[in-house]
Amino acid sequence: MAKSASVQLLGSWASPFSNRVQLALKLKSVEYELVEEAFYVSKSDRLVKANPVYQKIPVLIHDEKPVCESLVIVEYIDEAWTGKGPSILPSDPYERAIARFWAGYIDEKLETASGDEEKFAVVGKVLEGFALLEEAFAKCSKGKAFFGGDEVGYLDIALGCFLGWVKVAEIIGGGKLLDESKFPGLAGWAERFLSHDVAKDILPDALKILEFFGKVQAARAAATTAAE
Amino acid sequence: MEDGLILLGYNISMFAMRVRIALDEKGIEYEYREERLDNKSPLLLEMNPVHQKVPVLIHNGKPVSESLMILEYIDEVWKDKPPLLPSDPYQRAQARFWADLIDKKARLFYEYYSKYPQCVIVVFAELIAPHNAYFQIYINGGRRVWFSKGEELEAAKKELMDGLKLLEGELGEKVYFGGDKFGFLDVALIPFYNCFDSFESCGKLRIEEHCPKLIAWAKRCMEKESVSKSFAVAPPSMIDEYILMTRKKNGNTE
Repeated sequence: MAKSASVQLLGSWASPFSNRVQLALKLKSVEYELVEEAFYVSKSDRLVKANPVYQKIPVLIHDEKPVCESLVIVEYIDEAWTGKGPSILPSDPYERAIARFWAGYIDEKLETASGDEEKFAVVGKVLEGFALLEEAFAKCSKGKAFFGGDEVGYLDIALGCFLGWVKVAEIIGGGKLLDESKFPGLAGWAERFLSHDVAKDILPDALKILEFFGKVQAARAAATTAAE
Repeated sequence: MEDGLILLGYNISMFAMRVRIALDEKGIEYEYREERLDNKSPLLLEMNPVHQKVPVLIHNGKPVSESLMILEYIDEVWKDKPPLLPSDPYQRAQARFWADLIDKKARLFYEYYSKYPQCVIVVFAELIAPHNAYFQIYINGGRRVWFSKGEELEAAKKELMDGLKLLEGELGEKVYFGGDKFGFLDVALIPFYNCFDSFESCGKLRIEEHCPKLIAWAKRCMEKESVSKSFAVAPPSMIDEYILMTRKKNGNTE
């Protein structure tokens, strides 16, 4: 049984990728120490040492061994604490493949959207994604509350971590993205997920994110001015 | 929809090659169907509507796509055959991490290749050069400034070598990335060895000098029947020709 000191998460309350790991650890009732990294300002030596390839959060350090990349970490948590708490991934190989596929799709979509400078193009990609995920939700949930069925699972975590950020985008952009008339399944799921015990204390609300976003912009602007 | 196992692939697709190697390693019988990228079959479009790409493994009518996910699926379904992934959770996480890194760069490669065939060399270099500014500019800037051929080539050479050295480091003294046994990460990477020869000729690199362990590893993998069999379908010279032909078409005739 892992002691609290032997599990550390280099991450941040403000990072959705870090939130994924926190959600997984919570599901498995694993005690851990969250080491808050000011990832938007600089990379700590500790982070660079733990993740030399990407130098990014989150990094899970279990008994001094680092695991990087949020989805890899979530699967690791499922396997390392296999007897403890519910399973994160489904047990059926085909359903596991489907869950991994959609999680991969979400990350890929994000990667391509973040390369876009045009807001219109980004919104287009998000809506395109929601349309496909609405279908995926119907197939995966089979009428139940979550992608994982009765209980929160891998795909709920993979997508749910962005819900606060979706709200922020709606506030900044002034338009409804997760529109319940267009995506009723997803909208219902979002509400249920955000009020679930697992997510409630981990996912930051939109206003907190907005405040954070402002700080990041300011810090980056100051860094650029200092550099010039 | 018929029962059984069907693999939709394309002869020089390195991703489809991964699946062929894995199925052969496990001794699993399957039907292979060659797709034409310029004329995709209705079956491919139906089974992989989101990406419309190969490989797709169709098992008893149900499709699994994305090569690494197919490898995991194969490992989980055919549990009685020797596993591709190690059993220890930490080792599994490491294998997945490195395979994901290869995939990230490979995705870029294919996107680039379709937009800028003349920059095949530069693109492929990013395939396994993880943490450098060139790659970051692409991710963050969305647009890239294409340098002259000479500069591109030099920058590409450096990136390729940086990436290969990282993998060389990860391999270390092991026989395979999986340790004593040929496994998941070996399967994930070996198809790209097909391209090393092409880069040797296009980029005038001497990979063996800088990454001797990696080349030795690749040669060991080539001795395996599952690997040499899938390479035979798409020998290096075919890729060489393909790349040189595209380069010529785009005016890069050095």
